[in-house]
Amino acid sequence: MTESVRLNRGSSDVAVIGGGLVGLCIALGIQRQGQQVTVYDEGDIALRASRGNFGLVWVQGKGDNLPAYTRITRLSAKLWGGLAEDLTQHTGIDIQLQQRGGLFVCLSESELNSRQQMLEKMAAEHPQGYPFDVLDLQQLRELIPEIGPEVAGATWGPEDGHVNPLYLLRALVARFESLGGKLVNAGQVSNIIPKKSQFVLQSEQGEFSCNKVVLTAGLGNKSLGPMVGIDAPVFPNRGQVLIAERVKPFLNYPTGHVRQTVEGTVQCGDSKEDVGFDTGTTTDVLAQIAHRATTMFPLLKDVNLIRSWGALRIMTPDGNPVYQQSEQYPGAYLVTCHSGVTLAAAHAGPIADWIATGIADPAIDLEKFHGSRFQL
Amino acid sequence: MAADFSFNRLPCHERAEVEITVEGQKIFALEGETVAAAVMHAGLRPTRTTPVSGSGRAPYCMMGVCFDCLMNIDGKPNTQACMTEVREGMVITVQTGAREVSGGDV
Amino acid sequence: MTGLQQFDLVIIGAGPAGMAAAREAGEAGLNTLILDEQPRAGGQIYRNIGRPILQDRSILGQDYYAGETLLAGLSHVLVTHVANATVWDVTTDNTLSFSVKGISRQVGFKKLLLATGAQERPVPFPGWTLPGVMTCGAAQILLKSSGLTPTGPLVIAGSGPLLLLIACQLIRAGVRIEAIVDTTPTSNYRRALKEIFGAIKGWRYLLKGARMLNEIRRSGVRYYKSATELTAESGSDGNLVSVSFRKGSVHHQLPCKTLLVHQGVIPNTQLGRALELEHQWDEVQQCWKPTLSENGCSSHPDIFIAGDSGGIGGAIVAEIQGRIVAKEIAYQLNQEGAAVIGIDQLRKTLDDQLAIRPFLDHLYRPLDMFLRPQGEIIVCRCEEVTAAEIRGLTQHGCVGPNQTKAFCRSGMGPCQGRQCGATVTALLADELGKSPEEVGYYHIRFPIKPVSLGELAGLSQSDA
Ligand SMILES: Cc1cc2nc3c(=O)[nH]c(=O)nc-3n(C[C@H](O)[C@H](O)[C@H](O)COP(=O)(O)OP(=O)(O)OC[C@H]3O[C@@H](n4cnc5c(N)ncnc54)[C@H](O)[C@@H]3O)c2cc1C
Ligand SMILES: Cc1cc2nc3c(=O)[nH]c(=O)nc-3n(C[C@H](O)[C@H](O)[C@H](O)COP(=O)(O)OP(=O)(O)OC[C@H]3O[C@@H](n4cnc5c(N)ncnc54)[C@H](O)[C@@H]3O)c2cc1C
Ligand code: FES
Repeated sequence: MTESVRLNRGSSDVAVIGGGLVGLCIALGIQRQGQQVTVYDEGDIALRASRGNFGLVWVQGKGDNLPAYTRITRLSAKLWGGLAEDLTQHTGIDIQLQQRGGLFVCLSESELNSRQQMLEKMAAEHPQGYPFDVLDLQQLRELIPEIGPEVAGATWGPEDGHVNPLYLLRALVARFESLGGKLVNAGQVSNIIPKKSQFVLQSEQGEFSCNKVVLTAGLGNKSLGPMVGIDAPVFPNRGQVLIAERVKPFLNYPTGHVRQTVEGTVQCGDSKEDVGFDTGTTTDVLAQIAHRATTMFPLLKDVNLIRSWGALRIMTPDGNPVYQQSEQYPGAYLVTCHSGVTLAAAHAGPIADWIATGIADPAIDLEKFHGSRFQL
Repeated sequence: MAADFSFNRLPCHERAEVEITVEGQKIFALEGETVAAAVMHAGLRPTRTTPVSGSGRAPYCMMGVCFDCLMNIDGKPNTQACMTEVREGMVITVQTGAREVSGGDV
Repeated sequence: MTGLQQFDLVIIGAGPAGMAAAREAGEAGLNTLILDEQPRAGGQIYRNIGRPILQDRSILGQDYYAGETLLAGLSHVLVTHVANATVWDVTTDNTLSFSVKGISRQVGFKKLLLATGAQERPVPFPGWTLPGVMTCGAAQILLKSSGLTPTGPLVIAGSGPLLLLIACQLIRAGVRIEAIVDTTPTSNYRRALKEIFGAIKGWRYLLKGARMLNEIRRSGVRYYKSATELTAESGSDGNLVSVSFRKGSVHHQLPCKTLLVHQGVIPNTQLGRALELEHQWDEVQQCWKPTLSENGCSSHPDIFIAGDSGGIGGAIVAEIQGRIVAKEIAYQLNQEGAAVIGIDQLRKTLDDQLAIRPFLDHLYRPLDMFLRPQGEIIVCRCEEVTAAEIRGLTQHGCVGPNQTKAFCRSGMGPCQGRQCGATVTALLADELGKSPEEVGYYHIRFPIKPVSLGELAGLSQSDA
């Protein structure tokens, strides 16, 4: 149910600002708790990581500087199956989740060695176990016969997987609406005014009120945060992605740089560039991505590219998520991360529950994700 | 290939003929014409099936904007037949669904 | 990028606009590169003109062979013409990438002219994807470059001057046409009459139209006016076997092995879109076109557009615009007053040539069923997405084509939205009660033509 509300006020228990993957997961989780949620989102053209990402549900290497991040990532990967089932069952949309393990393919021995060292260090920080494997070219070839001869090897993460991120977005909208949630494409929320026991949101299309407000506006959180007393030091980091035509299945596992979708298209990525708010593509970076992909899989050389795009990641100074309630205005929350696909199940589950009920799952170490860590 | 689908050739200026193989059958085409023209002259229909539903398609626009003329040309799958000129000895087959990935001689 | 070969002007497209511009640019002393993906220059109207194939010159008529003189522009010493050159990328640092037979090259330019012409308007109707259905333009291309005529029974359906032209060309070639199914709505005649003043100014075009109608009448081909509910039907082998339509209250069904369809032409804006140039919706022509200055400059100061890719005007208009734009570019690069001489005269001729357009545009505005299809009609040919599915997505938060693209893959296939873009915008506008301008268009991304991963990888510096 979409509403284009014009100048008349609407009100709800909880307002979620930003209808990307993070916002919709949070909204779905809270709506499921029986509270009336409205998601406010922009129109057709906006900065949206959720429409430009790589679709990995990725565990290996996540949280090498923060064990709590490793834990929530693994928790989310574990909860993902349930989320996918719920979405498919209630919306009929197959979001194509596969969690059969994933590979990070390295082109040189030194790349492979440093990755191995990083994973070993992480394993040491997780005494309950941190599964991974290091494969040389020979072992890798047994898994993927098509691997190129110039590849050094790969690291294997049994908990890794991938999903169709666009169908995920569509299914989240459908599921959220089926539970009675409301999605309002009212353009940018330009102002949030904290009142006594309420917040008033202002946008081009009118004013809306709510008891709680959750900021999930991605890069938009930077300007929204201070309106409710939260500093959100998010900044953009561009990734360019290539997509090639549908081919018969040849790649059973997602890799950090190349994955084959269920439709058969081949996605190759992605760069990490500090270029401000520019979502464009550049020929030299795309050529490098293609070069890496065809070195990994030489049989891709004659496969045609169909599209490329640039999208902005939402980064924090240490790369880890921020989950935080405003101290100044307690009904206001901020949620942001740079792996919103992977963390979708955690957001729709324990994080949404925490916002809805005030009770945090002890498995999550919520205080580790407070933005105050940046003010040291 | 069915003769009753074949496009007819009007009286043309002298052009060299090239022999090509379409779906295993040897046919003659005119030097300088496109693969799409040659297979329509030969009466081939459909020239591909889609990777989505498997339905049949044939060249639609002849100017490179619809991508319904994708065929396997000399081992290279998903090639636009309306943008490719015939060459002596060319081997052309129908593109069936999604392309092979290891078949192409890179 | 450094070390690339540099040109004063790169022209994309060697149709009348591009060829005329090349000549003018060469004469003005500009080092000019003209690229076209076709094996021979000519563009759509003059396709294959350097090497006409048909023995009987009367079939294509004088308007076709008139193109021969334009080829001279390509032989100027300062002009380099590269055939089979598909441009797939242009970056804002004035670098262009093109592919010739599987190998990509890059060049730099000071000014760029897009003269990429038009494409036929996509005409979604039930059965338009069946083998055996093709566009009128496609049949004409087969005639011009291979001397081929369609297999019968042949029916031609749709609306527009090009439809009449192709019908006449096929009749002259001795092809039997079972029927012409004209879908021009009756109400269009009334609307067009309001533009009769311009039409009289463009009397030469009116006369041409009258002659074509007369030629068709004399040929005895069955002609159904104001037809609606066009449908193509398939047999058990999945190929086209019949076409049906309604005229008045009578339902007709004709056996048919080839159905040629046409609903006018629209600018090819793919490159300009990928470059994020400003575009606007033209309500009368029912299409997008780039926003241009009087001298053909786009919203980017180094990028110019001439010919049908800037808005439909036809071959003569394209040629004049090509010359005007080249003069303007030469003036900007040379800063010599002399270069703009003659521009006023050209503009006057241009106005005269354009006088007929409002009449034609009103007369040949497509029937609503083609612009805003309903139900299970396929809109996106590549991903096989239906009108109903796209309309339905407006119920799930989609307010624009980029959201529907993300949700249902329309526009994600190899044609990159060329066949569904205009329709998707129209459907969303219809459902949301907004104008196409408000709804917007797909965000088009490079490469605008397919290029293989290996070819792209070949451009990477790490390879060198
Ligand atoms: C190239 C690339 C590859 C990636 N690959 C992966 C991957 O493989 N796996 C993974 O887990 N993650 C990946 N990510 C990250 C993932 O995409 C993001 O973490 C996730 O999409 C973030 O979702 P979000 O909802 O926070 O932000 P967004 O998707 O950016 O959504 C923010 C939303 O807020 C709206 N908004 C902003 N301001 C306002 C306002 N003032 N009022 C109303 N609405 C507003 C916007 O319109 C937008 O819809 C990748 C990202 C990129 C760029
Ligand atoms: C199929 C078709 C048939 C037509 N037939 C006639 C006719 O018979 N009579 C008539 O009066 N009008 C005809 N028209 C209308 C036609 O648009 C104009 O008459 C005239 O050709 C426009 O001239 P132009 O120079 O603007 O573009 P065009 O003549 O269309 O030339 C554009 C050129 O750009 C090239 N090009 C496009 N994109 C790229 C790229 N990315 N890289 C490299 N090259 C590229 C194309 O190969 C083409 O040669 C036809 C239109 C179409 C679409
Ligand atoms: S027939 Fe349309 S692209 Fe070849």
